[in-house]
Amino acid sequence: MRETKQTEKIAFALLLLATILIIAPVVLIMILVLVRGLPGMSLEFIFGLPRDGMRGGGIFPAIVGTIYLTLGTAAFAIPLGILAAIYLNEYAARNWLTRGIELAIINLAGVPSIVYGLFGLSLFVAFLGFGASLLAGSLTLAIMTLPVIITATREALSSVPRSFREVSYSLGASRWQTVRFVVLPNAIPGILTGAILGLSRAAGETAPILFTVAAFYLPNLPQSVYDQAMVLPYHIYVLSTQVPNVSVRVQYGTVLVLIVMVFIMNLLASWLRARFRKRKVW
Amino acid sequence: MVMKENLNSKSEILNKPKIQISQLDIWYDECQAIKNLSLDIVSHEILGIIGPSNSGKTSFIKTLNRLNELNPHARIQGQIELDGQDIFSLNVQLLRKRVGVVFALPLPLPLSIYDNVAYGPRLHGLKNKARLDKVVEESLKAAAIWDEVKDRLKTNAFKLSGGQQQRLCIARTLAVEPEVILYDEPCSGLDPISTAKVEEAMRTLKQNYTQILVTNNVKQAARVADRTAFFLMGELIEIDKTEKLFTSPTDKRTEDYITGRFG
Repeated sequence: MRETKQTEKIAFALLLLATILIIAPVVLIMILVLVRGLPGMSLEFIFGLPRDGMRGGGIFPAIVGTIYLTLGTAAFAIPLGILAAIYLNEYAARNWLTRGIELAIINLAGVPSIVYGLFGLSLFVAFLGFGASLLAGSLTLAIMTLPVIITATREALSSVPRSFREVSYSLGASRWQTVRFVVLPNAIPGILTGAILGLSRAAGETAPILFTVAAFYLPNLPQSVYDQAMVLPYHIYVLSTQVPNVSVRVQYGTVLVLIVMVFIMNLLASWLRARFRKRKVW
Repeated sequence: MVMKENLNSKSEILNKPKIQISQLDIWYDECQAIKNLSLDIVSHEILGIIGPSNSGKTSFIKTLNRLNELNPHARIQGQIELDGQDIFSLNVQLLRKRVGVVFALPLPLPLSIYDNVAYGPRLHGLKNKARLDKVVEESLKAAAIWDEVKDRLKTNAFKLSGGQQQRLCIARTLAVEPEVILYDEPCSGLDPISTAKVEEAMRTLKQNYTQILVTNNVKQAARVADRTAFFLMGELIEIDKTEKLFTSPTDKRTEDYITGRFG
């Protein structure tokens, strides 16, 4: 009896320790970034252009570039990912082709991000001649995000009960009508959540944009999809390794802005999920 | 000739089989669910199908509107004719419009009461608001639930009780104006009062529809069916007028089942 109590205590302590270890890095990162980054925050830092060889001024071009790039990624990855997931989940027969596609998607998710960067460089920048541009960068990030969006969409589609589909078919609906009127409306929350999480991941990536879009320094904002752009993750890399004598404020201020942007996207995803869950009746 | 046809039309409608099934076999992979079934279903009758679970009743009715085809393991052989037309050569969506089904559990779609009933008609192209309103009202009335929901057509169908949901599902099936309605144990999850209401609805629908009622509840078949068929292990053992089947069955196994000796 006494021994059981002892074991119970040890188990409890171990489990608690593991949980604390998980949240510790998050908390430490946040503290570090806030303490070092907050003092550098000002309207000029967010809305101003870089000055003094990027040692001062603001990071507005990098913020705008990141927003453009994320929107561009969304424009390619979300429609393509959702359509592919609908095909795989609702239409495809279980055969070798489908299994092959599924295997390819799983492998796509496992490709290191620098490889995407090189792939984007050779296909979009060089072969298709887009140059280093928002277009090439968006496409590269979109390919990297596709597996996440496809997987999330398929999960959302699968979570719609089979019986709903059966009812729809039994009333004489075609497959597309069933997808359009019964499956999709009930899967949208899950799809949106997955898509936003995938994009927030992409927004912070450095390797895929290194050769495809990121600019070291630009005095202007990008004017078209064929322009290069400054982007936050690469800007952080530049500030910490390529420019001498950058103040910690500017470095960590930039990091703080990126983290806040990603956080906002994640919060949006959680909020959407919670909102739809409240409305869900089945 | 034409005259004669007209004169006979009433009795012809009554006697002509609405659905003719001959030599039907259904397999799921290696397991045979229906064995060499031949059966005529008469227009405007309520045909009860009784039998222990696993006797192929559900497989049978799911084949009549080809819902079985959604199951990749199902294999179907034999002939089924609806008004003399081979159902396997008909457009499957039009077939399912003509042969509606009410499932065992109430399965409303996650929509409002109104949109549930309007779902089918909208699929088939009805957009006019006034006509949709009319179809919804008539269907809900025919399923004996109009009075209970007429003031809250916009509320979600999941807010209804189980018995109301099931009658809503019947209304939804009626809204596409089918000719045949299949019921797959429609009262298995309902209390006696709701069951009585569903049965009442079925009796009223008799004048316009051919109905097939699969039920685990032998007494329910006795209450509503004109004819009753007894299925056992995928075979049709006996079919007869309900009264006859329940008072003097010819097969020993039928008698054993309805008197509750097994099943």
